[in-house]
Amino acid sequence: MTESVSALDLIIDAAYLVTSICFIIGLRLLSNPKSARLGNTISMIGMAVALVATGFKLDFAAAWWVLVFGLGLGAAVGIYSARAVKMTAMPQMVALFNGAGGGAAAMVATAEFLRQGSAATPASWDNALAVVLSSVIGSISFTGSIVAFLKLQELMTGRPITYPAQQVVNALLGIAIVAASIMTVAGYMPLQAYFVALAGAAILGVLFVLPIGGADMPVIISLLNSFTGLAAAMTGFVLGNNVLIISGALVGASGTLLTMMMGKAMNRSIANVLFGAFGKVTTSSGGVAAGVTGGPIREATADDVATMLAYAKHVVVVPGYGMAVAQAQHSVRELADQLEKRGVDVKYAIHPVAGRMPGHMNVLLAEANVPYPALYDMEDINPEFPRTDVALVIGANDVTNPAARNVPSSPIYGMPILDVDKAQNVVVLKRSMKPGFAGIDNPLYELPNTLMLFGDAKASIDKLVSAVKTV
Amino acid sequence: MSAHLLTELTVFVLAVFVGLEVISKVPTTLHTPLMSATNAIHGIVLVGALLVAVVAEPRLGLVPSVLVVFLASLNVFGGYVVTQRMLAMFKARTPSKDGAPNR
Repeated sequence: MTESVSALDLIIDAAYLVTSICFIIGLRLLSNPKSARLGNTISMIGMAVALVATGFKLDFAAAWWVLVFGLGLGAAVGIYSARAVKMTAMPQMVALFNGAGGGAAAMVATAEFLRQGSAATPASWDNALAVVLSSVIGSISFTGSIVAFLKLQELMTGRPITYPAQQVVNALLGIAIVAASIMTVAGYMPLQAYFVALAGAAILGVLFVLPIGGADMPVIISLLNSFTGLAAAMTGFVLGNNVLIISGALVGASGTLLTMMMGKAMNRSIANVLFGAFGKVTTSSGGVAAGVTGGPIREATADDVATMLAYAKHVVVVPGYGMAVAQAQHSVRELADQLEKRGVDVKYAIHPVAGRMPGHMNVLLAEANVPYPALYDMEDINPEFPRTDVALVIGANDVTNPAARNVPSSPIYGMPILDVDKAQNVVVLKRSMKPGFAGIDNPLYELPNTLMLFGDAKASIDKLVSAVKTV
Repeated sequence: MSAHLLTELTVFVLAVFVGLEVISKVPTTLHTPLMSATNAIHGIVLVGALLVAVVAEPRLGLVPSVLVVFLASLNVFGGYVVTQRMLAMFKARTPSKDGAPNR
């Protein structure tokens, strides 16, 4: 930096440095549930420092109304919805906030683009490039997050939406965006080209989320999060603002890492998630009523299961999204309390992709006051199944499917699963014999050590709770 | 390419590495709060929004200026409140049972 820098600018930059440090420490403290809250508070303080510092550069007299309506309304709506949202709806809430950030990044870049366009000296190519990248990525994130929100909120179908030549259309659109971006940077009809790139990216955001199914949402939510992070970082390049660059890079890195982890947990590449339209097999393919592959299944009553649980030593609960949909997590905790009173050891096995965003199931159980030390990751719990008396599978299907281990022709072959079939007894709580999201038969249900308990998850667990009390 | 850009790229790349390093230590139990916390952090774009909107001659015009600040502050405030709410639910309480697995 050779240009003369005023003392005020130095102080503001120093404040931004404090912010960056707060964000990094905040994220570091998130590595333990005990310190996580403190971490988030430190991160909040960092944000406050950055906002106050930025205040010294603003012209309040000229644009106070932007603060009142923009900042005031944004804060009010944000805080209200964050407080009101149910924990099951957390993924779509995060998607919405994420989209808002992406949209803001695209708009900031657009403002800079317009300013540069009217400036006496044309922008350097690298600045123009940062502007275009920020707009394009932010815009994809904005519309993509909105579609993800609509899907998760079930305002539109959660199933993949596909049409002929979908990928060709997306590829052509992608090429058009790149071409328009290059034209903008090269200064050839920059104004028109810029808005073509911006609009194209907005459309691409919609189109690339449309074919993503509900169960793949954890991947998409993390990916979109990382997009908004990158967009914010690009905005930092545009404005020459280090705190935006650092924060954006942190978020981009974390989102990318989580995206890869989710893909690994499903044994699928990110490309497969994005373009595979997984779970496209709609409406109960395969047999319905009696056994998906025609094999015999054993149906149990709540009393049978309650007795089995009450006299067990080790019980592992395997919750799936079905449990959350039935709002059964509080009943599950009650059941665990009853069992623990009788000296039964209860653990929870959490598959990495259970729920609709990474770690979603942990939050749902934490909300129901399940202590977090009782929640086990897949790698930690799998060796325990052979020593488990009863594995209680509640609304989980594909993540327990042994076909993933031993049927090479299965679409989910190779996906790491919870080895519930190795438990002494397996009890599956399920609404009906309909196959799970992936539309794949689950041989688990036909194993000799498996009992099926049909019905709504919450109603079944409530029955189990009262039955255990009387055992 | 200016020296200034190179400095910024350096900052960016180093921050990516710090991000990967810090995030990889977060247990799966906390992945949702992590995502929500990073979601709030990219709300820092609010700084950018304020810088382009709360000025004497905003380039975006009246309504878009309000909108950009609205979107960014929705991201910041919503993101932090939701994260805080989630983290408050994580409790270690193991009902009066010694020797419980504590990880």
